[in-house]
Amino acid sequence: MDDIFLLEAIERYLNGEMNPEERSYFEALCKKTPEIDQMVVEHNMFMHQMDLYVAHANIKHTLHEVHSNLRSKGDINEGGELPTRGKIIQFWNKYKRVTAIAASVGGVIALFISGLVVYFSSVVTDPKLQQLGKDLEAVKKSQQYQGSIINEVKSKIPSNARLLSGGSGFLIDPKGYIVTNAHVLRGTGAVVVNYKGQEFNSSIVIIDQIKDLAILKIMDTDYVAAKSIPYTIQKNNADLGEEIFTLGYPRNDIVYGMGYLSAKTGFNGDSLSYQIQISANPGNSGAPVFNKNGEVIGVLSTRQAQADGVTFAVKSKNIYSIVEDLKNSDSAFRKIKLPGKSILKGVERKTQITKVEDFVYYVKAYGK
Amino acid sequence: MKGDSNEQALLKGLANNDSKAIETIYKDNFTMVQTFIISNNGSYDEARDIFQEAMIALYEKAQTESFVLTCQIKTYVFSICRRLWLKRLQQLGRFTQQVDSMEETVAVEEDLVTHEKRNAEFVIMDRALNSLGEPCKSLLEGYYLKKMDMAALANEFGYTNADNAKNQKYKCLMRLKKLFFSQYNIGE
Repeated sequence: MDDIFLLEAIERYLNGEMNPEERSYFEALCKKTPEIDQMVVEHNMFMHQMDLYVAHANIKHTLHEVHSNLRSKGDINEGGELPTRGKIIQFWNKYKRVTAIAASVGGVIALFISGLVVYFSSVVTDPKLQQLGKDLEAVKKSQQYQGSIINEVKSKIPSNARLLSGGSGFLIDPKGYIVTNAHVLRGTGAVVVNYKGQEFNSSIVIIDQIKDLAILKIMDTDYVAAKSIPYTIQKNNADLGEEIFTLGYPRNDIVYGMGYLSAKTGFNGDSLSYQIQISANPGNSGAPVFNKNGEVIGVLSTRQAQADGVTFAVKSKNIYSIVEDLKNSDSAFRKIKLPGKSILKGVERKTQITKVEDFVYYVKAYGK
Repeated sequence: MKGDSNEQALLKGLANNDSKAIETIYKDNFTMVQTFIISNNGSYDEARDIFQEAMIALYEKAQTESFVLTCQIKTYVFSICRRLWLKRLQQLGRFTQQVDSMEETVAVEEDLVTHEKRNAEFVIMDRALNSLGEPCKSLLEGYYLKKMDMAALANEFGYTNADNAKNQKYKCLMRLKKLFFSQYNIGE
């Protein structure tokens, strides 16, 4: 009861509801009793937190209301088509890129020349050199970016579509069936690019979100089917500690990585996948994971954030089951035949790679 | 300069939780953020979440007295959303490539740190309130959130008089305080 009385007094004091007499009495009390003083400070802090909470809750509420309000008015939409940009803006954007390229080319040349000058002049302090290196790097980067956009413009991606995401994929049947991760394929379609940079149109034939696998079929007259695929796909589980390697497209060029199988289950004991120790980057999703005999043991899919090198791969036997699903869904796919013979066993790694790289593709997903 | 004063007015409106101003800012910026998030592996729901979180961050910033926004609202909101989204993506650990990141941005790290602290405090208070149980929770919400007076609250909850309700409210408040500080001090 006393506590409640005290609390009431504190609240009235903080809200300035006390008359001067009461106030001076209370302040004197605080001075005498440090405990009460401490309670006042604590309560003040708590009420401040309470005010913040109330304000936060209120603004959240308003935002929700505004959102549904605007939605019902049609000012914003969800789920439907996003409004496309006006033609003039699109034109301007294109133009802007060209200007940017011109500028960055100029910049690179200027920096390059000044770089040469700095390089050949004998007295240079280190920090300066580094700085210049950085600048060059930045310009180069932006130029690369611009370059990739120009390629996209000329590419087989429909001109009204936007590039949404990129990943890797690999052939499982020379007729043009490619396995990749389901999460790579955002949007409505995809083009695949081989390691030489040649693009092919493809269509998505099946997506399995649970296994995180998908199959694409190359639908392009430019595509020349290879006679056979050099690697096989393993049906059994791989063993702990097995040496593995992968080829994928974290950048526009194909990149090789090596590691080992570190656990027979994936994230949180997921039995559909393995844990592997390999350095992987965005864009590696969908890449094949080979054992040292060149058999595919998995499809690289995710990595654990905040952990170094901890990566997960979907087990290769899931490829068999998704192909089975596909065959059952449509008789047109009955003829898919997974590779049966490996020619990579006991072959030097460099040779293995040159044999395999033809069959690993860069997958670019696009949508409206 | 006209645009500037216009934006200042909008921010003032936001700080006062004025739904007109909020609607204007919302309308001007939402689609841009939505497009960015959708084209970077996000869903519509995620776009809404991220955007609203950025709005709350802007609201918090607009409320501080020393507040000055040195760039356009649009740039600020986009920068916050971009940071938040990249962080979210990183947590998901997905391996797909970023394609869209050519918009102008400003540094928002510090603001985000403040915002995250506020968010954490909000969650602690929310949890404390929810673990209070009824009728304590509704009583406190009625008094502090809805700003109802004691007599109305006594009436609504069926207390015989305002004094009893007040007593009850203080009891609840003490429990809430205990719950809040036990969590809050761990967090520190």
